[in-house]
Amino acid sequence: MNASAWHMLLEGAWTTLWISAVSIAIGVMAGLVIALIRLARIPIVDQLLVLYISVARATPLVTLALFIFLSAPDLGLDLNRSVAGILALSLNTTAFNAEIWRSAFRNFSREQSEAAMATGMTPWITFRRIMLPQMVITSLPGLVNEMSFLIKGSPAIAVIGIVDLTRVTNRISAVTYEPLPPILVAGALYMAIIGCLVWLQRLAERRANRLAT
Amino acid sequence: MSNWEILWDERAQFWSGFLSTLEIFGLSIVGAFVIGCGLLYLLEGSRKRLTIPLRIFIDAMRMLPFLILAYLLYYGLPSVGIRLDAWWSGVGALAVYHGAYFAEIFRGNRLTFPPGQIEAAKAHGFTKGKMFFRLLLPQIIMQTRPLLGNQLIYALKDTAFLVIITVSELTAAANSLSSTYFIPTEAFIVVIGFYWAISVTMEIIIKQCGRFSAKRGFDNV
Repeated sequence: MNASAWHMLLEGAWTTLWISAVSIAIGVMAGLVIALIRLARIPIVDQLLVLYISVARATPLVTLALFIFLSAPDLGLDLNRSVAGILALSLNTTAFNAEIWRSAFRNFSREQSEAAMATGMTPWITFRRIMLPQMVITSLPGLVNEMSFLIKGSPAIAVIGIVDLTRVTNRISAVTYEPLPPILVAGALYMAIIGCLVWLQRLAERRANRLAT
Repeated sequence: MSNWEILWDERAQFWSGFLSTLEIFGLSIVGAFVIGCGLLYLLEGSRKRLTIPLRIFIDAMRMLPFLILAYLLYYGLPSVGIRLDAWWSGVGALAVYHGAYFAEIFRGNRLTFPPGQIEAAKAHGFTKGKMFFRLLLPQIIMQTRPLLGNQLIYALKDTAFLVIITVSELTAAANSLSSTYFIPTEAFIVVIGFYWAISVTMEIIIKQCGRFSAKRGFDNV
């Protein structure tokens, strides 16, 4: 492999990283919003959200990415590849994150929310000042785990033509006729990225345990 | 003719895609299960020379995306002289990848076992193989079934990646239909419905297994 191959690999890694990062950010926020809406138990909306979570968890990312990218023109939307990829990844990860946030809500100690009520805090202030800071810490290990699943699933966006870290290996081997080295390097890069997340998860778990005791 | 009617006329293609996804999925999870149990048995051997490379292998699989492994088998292996077709490299990659995950799930559960049980089995004269197959494995499988169920759903979702290495399965069927008739929305809705149906069925089966294991007392350990 020559210098340009290395350059292409790093560019692919960058594409994977930024698309994943944007989807993670959207997914964590949207997951929290969906968990909050489900907590309100609005009749029809609640059933729709349950259906969405169930379907999104069962749909493969490749299928979802193809579905969004190919049917967007039919629905009158003009999406470019990156937006379609981000949309597919976030739709998938939101469903998982919503469940993580919801379980954090359910396990939140009642004594604390009652104490907050007794001291005269409004529900919003209780949520913002008491619940959210603690929920972030307790659900962080689960969220980081879901992030590494998202990165492991991110090669799916290659199917709609985004040149990510996996797809770039095809491009390189089309020139060099040696597919093995770029695939191995790409694998090592993925391991480095996900290894960082695993390390982060361990840190997060240690903090969550400290809070629990 | 409406778009849905076109799809109904092409139902044979969906059906064959569905069957081929089920075939790939079934064969690869059986392979993954055998690999997972094999890895667990080898880890039970507790010889350091063997366990360290096995742990490295399992951790490496857990840090790689599935598609990279499929690429390695499909595009990478021919340059060392082993040539697999797309179908077999897909099934092989799925089996090896999820086998490592199964092994990790089993190992995590194995760590929670009280050592007294193993010592009692040894005192009764169980050989290592008999102890593994009659005592450890049934308990581990029954106790880890929710995690195994999750992993099966991940395995089902990973079968769709094989469309990238040109295996013809459910997603590939939708893709080819949508490019023939230009009806992507309807074609993919049908396919997503198929995937959803498979995973809902699996969840129900796992729940039924829970009833069986409660009856046999596996949960009381």
